[in-house]
Amino acid sequence: MKEIAMKNILKNKWIGTAALVAALAWLATGCDTVNQLTELGTGIAVASGAINTNQAASINRTTQAVAKTFQDITPEQEYYIGRTVAATVLLGYKPQPAEDLNGYLNQVGQALAQFSARPETFGGYHFMVLDSDEINAFAAPGGLILATRGLLKCCKNEDELASVLAHEIGHVEKLHGLRAIRTGRLNSALTVLAVEAGKNLGGEQLAEVTKAFDESINDIATTLMNSGYSRKLEFEADAAAIAILKKAGYQPGALVAMLENMAKNWDSSRKDFAATHPAPADRIQELQKSGVASSVASAPARQQRFLAATKSL
Amino acid sequence: MKKWILMGCAALVASGAWAAKEMSVQVRDGQLRNRASFLGTVTGTVAYGDRVTVNQTMAGWCEVAKADGTTGWIHESALTPKRVVLSSGAADARTGASGEEVALAGKGFSKEVEAEYKKQNKDIDYTWVDWMGKQTVPSSQLVQFLKQGDLAQ
Repeated sequence: MKEIAMKNILKNKWIGTAALVAALAWLATGCDTVNQLTELGTGIAVASGAINTNQAASINRTTQAVAKTFQDITPEQEYYIGRTVAATVLLGYKPQPAEDLNGYLNQVGQALAQFSARPETFGGYHFMVLDSDEINAFAAPGGLILATRGLLKCCKNEDELASVLAHEIGHVEKLHGLRAIRTGRLNSALTVLAVEAGKNLGGEQLAEVTKAFDESINDIATTLMNSGYSRKLEFEADAAAIAILKKAGYQPGALVAMLENMAKNWDSSRKDFAATHPAPADRIQELQKSGVASSVASAPARQQRFLAATKSL
Repeated sequence: MKKWILMGCAALVASGAWAAKEMSVQVRDGQLRNRASFLGTVTGTVAYGDRVTVNQTMAGWCEVAKADGTTGWIHESALTPKRVVLSSGAADARTGASGEEVALAGKGFSKEVEAEYKKQNKDIDYTWVDWMGKQTVPSSQLVQFLKQGDLAQ
């Protein structure tokens, strides 16, 4: 019975193969499993005469050559995901394109990014202020980082601003955005690409890959704006931030000081940072475990330029 | 005994086991520097897909040589051991090595897919995203910024 059903699926050679591989890949959770199932699928297709052995070998190889999980997304693909995630955030927030403020933000942010464990992304790190009183920041994959005016107003000095940006860089460094893509999303795109890797995509294939793209963007944007990352990932971004601050020469305790500022304005019913992050007290406690204590002072030279750049806020 | 060790070493070198490692550039534009730091002077540039030979590594940085002989340091996050296949019709993409060895440039989520997504989502606007992408601080300015702020140098 199963054999008859399988033969029917394979009536149309390529579509049949793609559907079969998709069905098998859908069941898969790990990289190795996807490869094994793809090979199983192509093996059946060869046995039924739907494709020849050369075509099967090509599919098997190209399946491995395209993304299987978030870890296999190339920096170039991450760049395109990040662009659309940022554009999606911008559907809900207006930019504040003041040259001085954004210029300063990019100097602090890009200087910090150089000290991260992942200083190089496909398109580089870029920062922008959002015209909103909310206390919020978003890190799109690949390094497009958006921070609200409200969040910047919470910072009393450059070290505190640096701590916020370093936390967001931490999310990019650790690929947290890409991890928000649900298992299975990439498999449908993978199947099309496995068959079509050597050519430009046709209409149907392009539609299928675009669908997987759309769903992936939705997963990431929902996580960034509504549900938030897990506590574990937030603590991980804080730990990355501390490492970056130390290497760059900023005071790591500025992150604790910044969290203390935020705790004063904390309202868990608000739909901003409070809705998507663990309570500041929990994050402070976690940082204290690794010996990071609050520090409030900043070098005079930094304080001067910070006040000059943020006076318009 | 010594003789055997020496012969073994010679055999290893001859077999290429100690040969310099080839890597590909996986960022759009990269810069080579005269030391293993972003604060180093730029000695050359590399582009997506360029092949480089790694001469030595140090704390996350690689000293590489381009095909034209230019050498310099670049952070390891800009490099991949995979060969980046830039042309969609390239033999590697059709029948080439496995994903452990190649990355298909312009495939998967690409410019083409972004354009298709935009067609289906009329309200999405990349104007400010493009603007953000242009906010780049030149290296010399970053060095000055760090120095002025009494930060790492």
